[in-house]
Amino acid sequence: MSTETAMDLRELYQDIILDHGRHPRNFHALEHPTHLARGHNPLCGDRVTIYLAVEGDHIADVSFEGRGCAISTAAASLMTEVLKGKTVEEARALFAQFHARVTGGEAGEPPEALQDDIERLEPLTGVKAFPVRVKCATLPWHAFEAALKTGLAGETVRTE
Amino acid sequence: MAAAPLRIEKPSMGGFDPRRLRREFPIFTSHPDLVFLDSGASAQKPRSVIDGLAEFYRNDYANVHRGVYQLSARSTDRFEEAREKVRAFLNAADEREIVFVRGATEAINLVAQSWGPAHLQAGDEIVISDVEHHSNLVPWQMLRDRLGLRLIVAPTDATGEFDLAAFEALLTPRTRLVAVTHISNVTGALLPIERIVRLAHAKGAKVLVDGCQSVPRMPVDVQALGCDFLVFSGHKAYGPTGTGVLYGRYDALSAMPPWQTGGGMILHVGLDHTEFQEPPHRFEAGTPDIAGAVGLGQALDFIEGIGREAIAEHEQALTGYAVDRLSRIPDVQLVGGGQRRLSILSFNLDGVHPHDVGTVLDQHHVAVRVGHHCAQPLMDKLSLAGTVRVSLGVYNDEADIDRLAAAIEACREMFLR
Repeated sequence: MSTETAMDLRELYQDIILDHGRHPRNFHALEHPTHLARGHNPLCGDRVTIYLAVEGDHIADVSFEGRGCAISTAAASLMTEVLKGKTVEEARALFAQFHARVTGGEAGEPPEALQDDIERLEPLTGVKAFPVRVKCATLPWHAFEAALKTGLAGETVRTE
Repeated sequence: MAAAPLRIEKPSMGGFDPRRLRREFPIFTSHPDLVFLDSGASAQKPRSVIDGLAEFYRNDYANVHRGVYQLSARSTDRFEEAREKVRAFLNAADEREIVFVRGATEAINLVAQSWGPAHLQAGDEIVISDVEHHSNLVPWQMLRDRLGLRLIVAPTDATGEFDLAAFEALLTPRTRLVAVTHISNVTGALLPIERIVRLAHAKGAKVLVDGCQSVPRMPVDVQALGCDFLVFSGHKAYGPTGTGVLYGRYDALSAMPPWQTGGGMILHVGLDHTEFQEPPHRFEAGTPDIAGAVGLGQALDFIEGIGREAIAEHEQALTGYAVDRLSRIPDVQLVGGGQRRLSILSFNLDGVHPHDVGTVLDQHHVAVRVGHHCAQPLMDKLSLAGTVRVSLGVYNDEADIDRLAAAIEACREMFLR
């Protein structure tokens, strides 16, 4: 393997990604979710279900189930970690920041309070160099957003 | 400069030289490091096809048929020459049995939409296999729903081999059509078409063969197979995209109504009545892909220049080498392709998603296809989210398989250390 190849791949598959890919956190269904939605990437067959327990304006609990590649599994796992305890508004702001960082878009200056969380998600931004894999990283977030919108209707969002 | 048509001398036995053939494909000059193992999705194009397209547009191009000027006549000749090349390539009895279409998908849809309603009624049965590409499944599902048919699925066995006995048991007096692939695009399994045809014909059913994966890499003789229809895509046979062929026995084609209508396919049009052309023109409404057909003819010349026996022999040996090489790598699980497998194999790396494998392989300049390969029912049957698929072309050799194996090892290193 050339050094360049190894470097690129390690940018994508950083240790934290491999770890969360192998041992996803919050990987279970919630017993009493207030919101849930499914994400499906027809291109690769990846499926993810996001469960939320929203109390008032904040996310008391969040979890996921599904099967997917290392990137989408790690993205879902890291997402559940950063979303727990956030207000819905903060969660939406985080998604906007994350989405801009993995797609190379503009999201404006992030709120000070979210800096740590944005840093936690930083390892996923390696997908920027792999355009066909960006959807793997954003799939769980799109499902999360759909869950917020549709409550328990269990909508399915597709990346294609 | 008008390029002379490429002539490759027929290699003597054992003289097949993928490295020399590789030099006929400009893509490998643009990408010297490329290990291209995705010819089953679409093959790369030889110089003779690329230059041939430009040469045709430069020297002989005009719209076909009905032109009274010389250039149109010349263009028509070249278009119809291409049809004759396809006829000879498939050993069809008559060039009127060759319909130019956009690809195999369009060819199957043509048969489903034209032959189907004209010959089928509620309760009739269509039999397919469980390894079909979506293009040889979804058109029949649509037709089933439209006409109230039954769609019967013949199984492959645990090793991936087509189960001929189970197939025979599924045939009934209501079976009207058997639509099966010649080679599975996922496992590479070769289906016993001659025997399928004999059994189906004994019940009075017609047979459509999806020749996408067989036509580019082994001798395919429609008269020897005995099938009623055979379809293939030009772009998988080293030809231009947007080209494809429907072969249909003349008696079958002439008993089919037009499926698209317009210019080029009529004999006489009155305001309230139209008479249609005979096949094949009846099925070629509008200006066809003239240059594409000419390019496809050049692609078939390219294949014939090497020889299909020689290609099949080479790819079979290389498939064997790949199966052997990959099965020695720990954690690699090969998907069964039965006793007779040609040019295609699927595998999974235990504990690693096919998309992650594909990305790592890509970084090693090894191009493979990952996912469900438009065969979701087969993935469901095998309980797989997807596979990594390797498919061969004339330019591949053992060194490519060695590079693949090394890249899989790098993948294990990354994900399974």
